[in-house]
Amino acid sequence: MQTLKNAAAGDIVLSMAGAIIDNGAYLSEIDGKIGDGDHGINMAKGFGLVADRIRGKELSLAEALETVGTVLMTEIGGSMGPLYGVMFTEFAGQILDVERINNKTFSRMLHAGLTGIQAIGSAKVGDKTLLDTLVPAIEAFDEATSEGRSFGEALELLVAAAEAGRDSTVNLIARIGRASRLGERSFGVLDAGATSCALILKELSQGTRERLQ
Amino acid sequence: MQRFVNNRDEVVEDTVKGFVKAHRDIVRLAENPRVVTAIERPKQGKVGVVTGGGSGHEPAFIGYTGRNMLDAVAIGELFSSPTAKSFHDAIREANGGNGVVVLYGNYAGDNMNVKMAMKLAAKDGIEVATVVANDDVCSAPAEEREKRRGVAGEIFMWKVGGAKASIGASLHEVRDAAQKAIDNCRSVGVGLGPCTLPAVGHPNFQIKPGTIEVGIGHHGEPGVRVEALKSASEVAKDMCQIVLDDHDLGSGTEVAVLVSGLGATPLNELYILFDTVEEEISRRGLSIHKAYVGNYFTSLEMVGATLTVMALDAELKALLDVEVRCATAL
Repeated sequence: MQTLKNAAAGDIVLSMAGAIIDNGAYLSEIDGKIGDGDHGINMAKGFGLVADRIRGKELSLAEALETVGTVLMTEIGGSMGPLYGVMFTEFAGQILDVERINNKTFSRMLHAGLTGIQAIGSAKVGDKTLLDTLVPAIEAFDEATSEGRSFGEALELLVAAAEAGRDSTVNLIARIGRASRLGERSFGVLDAGATSCALILKELSQGTRERLQ
Repeated sequence: MQRFVNNRDEVVEDTVKGFVKAHRDIVRLAENPRVVTAIERPKQGKVGVVTGGGSGHEPAFIGYTGRNMLDAVAIGELFSSPTAKSFHDAIREANGGNGVVVLYGNYAGDNMNVKMAMKLAAKDGIEVATVVANDDVCSAPAEEREKRRGVAGEIFMWKVGGAKASIGASLHEVRDAAQKAIDNCRSVGVGLGPCTLPAVGHPNFQIKPGTIEVGIGHHGEPGVRVEALKSASEVAKDMCQIVLDDHDLGSGTEVAVLVSGLGATPLNELYILFDTVEEEISRRGLSIHKAYVGNYFTSLEMVGATLTVMALDAELKALLDVEVRCATAL
């Protein structure tokens, strides 16, 4: 049974912060096509604060995720602050007292994040939002697990589904948020939230896979 | 475009610092530097009145903090909703023990952050009521009015809500008055030129020279049509038609009218527009009780203007006439 040791896995979040910061300009560029163009700026700002708070502290994954949730919720407004803030807070809540995270716990964590997002937002799959990345990613992970695949394999399938979900937003018309005001004109462009969500899930999954024992 | 900026990532901080220094007889900064409050703490028992929104719309939102107006305002990044924490802190600052009403615009981020702030305020034992503005006619059809954006009509909503709270009304009475104010508002925006977020560095939308975008939103949300730019009087007639057709007011109705620039349109042009607006309103048998012309709700350096018309009844008229003291003359 592959598991992830919670105690020393906080650095996964540091890599995640690095990926978001490195992609800040790209995320803003995507956002600029159908939104304000500040998604990358706000995300990079938030994860920059996260990195400053966790660097060199040897936190557990739960503590690091909790830090992300708190920073995004209290420092970053807009739509992404509360949505990602809730998601990370819920992620952390599921693994606070868990010493070793197995595939069942990981799935529970993902579902809690999704439920949290759905409780404050009203988007559905197909509305051209981060849910188009998150929902298929969770489904792929659960399906792989129920087929008896290993934790590591399920994580690989999660990333592939997240990226396919991200790409699916190109051919969707936005039905919520500022891009929805564009109607038909939002077609043909990636959704910035779906794109940052794919980055987050990729870093979380890869970091977990590298540390599986 | 050349700007007066120190650090493009600290535009909001620097704006708020200057604003609080300039108007220290009316407002002060709360412990949370993203919350401005009226200098006179809400009187014990008075219902608190709060709003919040992204920066870049100055004098909205902070410029309406003050006596008989807003008790506290949550401040977001440029064009970005304030955090749930800032809304929560604004609610706490405005709380006089009798509940707080949050009067805000209908944007995805604001809806979520206010919702979360209400949960936090509930833990503090503060009762919160909300009114969501939806006066922007072009942002959704009449049958989907709940989807419409809140724009400059919010100013009337705040003035009515603030006045109602100042005369000692209950939470629900304040909410109902503010709700009636915004229900009686219709607005339209027109754009002649785009705006740029300093940190982004280039406009996210274009308005071709020689054209006008009718129905544009406060962040450059697309309008309902782009057409050749006509004379000011033709534009004003068009704006009146959009607003008044949606409003359907009986002859003899008294109205309040607000013409706001979007940031880069000179004041004289707003008066040129208002000249025709007044004619059109009178032609339809309506009478203007009060008019406001100036930069009341802007969008950075967007070129353009908005028109808001609020239908009045005896209560709204009396509340609109209550004197206020805030940084923006009303």
